Amino acid sequence: MMSETDPLHLAVALDGAGWHPAAWREPSARPRELFSPGYWLDLVTEAERGLLDFVTFEDALALQSSRLDGTPDDRVDQVRGRLDAVLIAARVAPLTSRVGLVPTTSALSTEPFHVSKAIATLDFTSGGRAGWRVQVGRAGETTHLGRRPPGPPLRADNLASPEVQAYITESFDETADHVEVVRRLWDSWEDDAEIRDVATGRFVDRDRLHYIDFEGRWFSVRGPSITPRPPQGQPVVTALAHATIPYRLAARAADIVYVTPHDADQARAIVSEVRDEQDRAGRAGETLHVFADLLVVLDDDANAARQRLRRLDDLLDAPLRSDAAIIAGSPAELADLLLDWQAAGITGYRLRPAVLPDDLEAITRGLAPELTRRGRFRAAYDTTTLRGHLGLPRPASRYATRRDATTSRIEAAAR
Amino acid sequence: MSRPRKRIILGHYVAGVNHSTVWSHPDAGSQIDFASFRHAAQAAERGKFDFFFLAEGLILRERLGQIFDQDVVGRPDTLPVLASIAAVTEHLGLVGTLNATFNEPYELARQLASLDHLSGGRAGWNVVTSFDPFTGQNFRRGGFLHRDDRYVRAEEFVALARALWDSWPADALAVDTEQGRFLRDAGAGAFRHLGRQFDVAGHFTVPRSPQGRPVVLQAGVSPQGRDFAAATADAIFSPFHELGPAQEYYRDIQARVVRAGRPAGSVKLLPGGAFILGDSAADAEERAREVARTQVSGRTAQILLEAVWNRDLSGYDPDGPLPDVDPDVTGPPVIQGRARNPQDPFETVREWRALAAEHRYSLRELAIRVFAHTEFVGTPTQVADRLDHFVQNDGSDGFILGSHLTPGGIDEFVDKVVPLLQERGSLRAEYTGTTLRDNLGIPLPADLHDGHAHDGHAHDGIAAEPAR
Ligand SMILES: Cc1cc2nc3c(=O)[nH]c(=O)nc-3n(C[C@H](O)[C@H](O)[C@H](O)COP(=O)(O)O)c2cc1C
Repeated sequence: MMSETDPLHLAVALDGAGWHPAAWREPSARPRELFSPGYWLDLVTEAERGLLDFVTFEDALALQSSRLDGTPDDRVDQVRGRLDAVLIAARVAPLTSRVGLVPTTSALSTEPFHVSKAIATLDFTSGGRAGWRVQVGRAGETTHLGRRPPGPPLRADNLASPEVQAYITESFDETADHVEVVRRLWDSWEDDAEIRDVATGRFVDRDRLHYIDFEGRWFSVRGPSITPRPPQGQPVVTALAHATIPYRLAARAADIVYVTPHDADQARAIVSEVRDEQDRAGRAGETLHVFADLLVVLDDDANAARQRLRRLDDLLDAPLRSDAAIIAGSPAELADLLLDWQAAGITGYRLRPAVLPDDLEAITRGLAPELTRRGRFRAAYDTTTLRGHLGLPRPASRYATRRDATTSRIEAAAR
Repeated sequence: MSRPRKRIILGHYVAGVNHSTVWSHPDAGSQIDFASFRHAAQAAERGKFDFFFLAEGLILRERLGQIFDQDVVGRPDTLPVLASIAAVTEHLGLVGTLNATFNEPYELARQLASLDHLSGGRAGWNVVTSFDPFTGQNFRRGGFLHRDDRYVRAEEFVALARALWDSWPADALAVDTEQGRFLRDAGAGAFRHLGRQFDVAGHFTVPRSPQGRPVVLQAGVSPQGRDFAAATADAIFSPFHELGPAQEYYRDIQARVVRAGRPAGSVKLLPGGAFILGDSAADAEERAREVARTQVSGRTAQILLEAVWNRDLSGYDPDGPLPDVDPDVTGPPVIQGRARNPQDPFETVREWRALAAEHRYSLRELAIRVFAHTEFVGTPTQVADRLDHFVQNDGSDGFILGSHLTPGGIDEFVDKVVPLLQERGSLRAEYTGTTLRDNLGIPLPADLHDGHAHDGHAHDGIAAEPAR
């Protein structure tokens, strides 16, 4: 359990021109460069300058939509179009050195074998800074992939229906299988599988390569991976969750769960539910971070921030709505809130800047130094990997345990 | 020759997981660390190469149910490593081998278009069609594709990918901050495709990329593979290295290209190849012999031959004669996970027996001759001459060169052979364009220049109906 004086973890969620639908119209925005590598490199470099734990990259195999069910909304007044998040992360990886890189993929629409080696490769090219935000997928994706029937239509008024709830449960179960396969594949090569033993002519010790032999309801995958075990062993797995079913998935499978409380009491309630699920999943002793997502509009002058949000909202047909709490204020006010919710059990935050780069810079140049002054955020990176930043130990491969016992006996005998 | 000198197209590939990579050499570096890929790609760019190339294999190879341990094993995922290489290079094309059987068009087209944006127009795709059930064990769909359908799917896959790349008009982004109009039209990216392989519809998420369409290469030599390449590819990764057969292949492909209604020369032919340099011809020959013996140990020789005999040959002395038994064409496969030899095994064995008899080869010597043949061995001048001769006489349009040493093997070529080719005008002295298409001299199809040729619903030559 975190104590109230533990340092906070800070991440920023990058998406398009920012999380406010009118962000792209701001004078500082670079709406013509959303599909250019330089734009993303500048943002990630700024995050690294602010010593943030990591950045996430939103993604989906479907166009952005303001509709609940994800079907195209035919809007022309908001940012539409996105590049592949894994590839954006890989593109910035060699040009940054500390900040974690966490792209999003959709589980139902992709092959766990491909995703596993993609994130492993990002871990190699970033030197141990890869994470993964797994999402189930967007409704609009099914007709793009064409390999599964679309789910039932989702509307605000039928979310609680048995049919929709059954579909959601199944989708999350399949996602849990997907994560399990990705993780097993990361472990399918033991760290020391590559032996380059000239005497016996063996490049690898095949006893240290493992079939994962996953057989599930939706797919089976044999393995091993074609990509060796990545530098972190297990890149950091993260998931956004708004309700019990996704909390359960995260508690079973993730290292970080992003949640969306709107006040400290809700934060406390959600954390307690997540911790219960964590115990039930048999992971009580492990670190599972609970990050709160917040959509932020920041200015040194709190009133200016609130005015800016109003001005941005005036460009929309209706004021901004979000699953996450929307905070408009000064970095100092936000710092108060972060520490307050930390006392309720939140261990870190994933901040969604309303406008890029303005609110990102307010985080890196205002909020982060403010938290550092209060002794609650790092003054310099003291580790080089994302697991390191998050205080997660590097796990041994699940398949290594048995032989390790023998090896350590041999090593002991040799000493 | 009176016609103008052809400029040699050069690709560099870091060999992945086969016997040709010598991992036991003291200079052999990591096959997986990014530093190796950075080194190799930057060396190729220093040599003004057209592109960097990666092969792909989606399952670890096995022999009699056991994973290969004698060769390099383990490679990065193709697209992310190319995206990372894009960060440390400026002009070099980035070509990935990606399977049309175990990927879906929407996802792969999107990744390639993204790579094209993220590299400023340097993305290329080598379409391969491996379809076997063995590889399928790693994927949702399993080994579901019949051999005859591999190019049916590949053709429809590429056509659909191109339709997706075309689905955003070049001027789709209005980005009018005053009026609050980001898109010119809500139809950006709309597509609908109904074919025998794919029934998909919706909106593509990636705006028109710098190249419009990433460059498409093909590797595969069957008649279906050739027709597929002639009809759809911009270039071919070919396996023909000897001038005679290579010229025949060149003529055959160009004839097919014309029959497919495209101008002759619109498909570039690029055989793979390796080189070994020496201070003298004799020195190079000696180095080549050493390298070949390292590449093909006695055990490796047995395994290489097992792929054709389809029998356990571990009982045959590598220094003795070829196995006297016939290939077993009915038994379960001894070797799994490597591209199949397309030829009839009995025919191959007959040829090898004749070759062994003629040269008094042992089993291992035969394997060295067949599988460890380095195409370009000699002094830098000799190698430059041979490369140039091959291209100027239409054996190919260039080469995809690899080295037995990762990652530094290419340095020697860049330092010693490239300047000679530049001197005689067969290789660029400086990059003149910014995209892979610029490097290769492959223009965009004319119908795409205006950015309006496709309304997002049309497809080339496949059944499609208007969007609903
Ligand atoms: C030069 C060459 C390189 C190839 N490289 C790969 C590769 O990297 N990955 C792969 O899965 N298949 C590779 N293949 C296999 C082809 O994609 C194809 O599956 C095989 O050649 C069978 O098709 P075909 O009957 O037309 O020859 C390669 C083939 C050739 C000729």
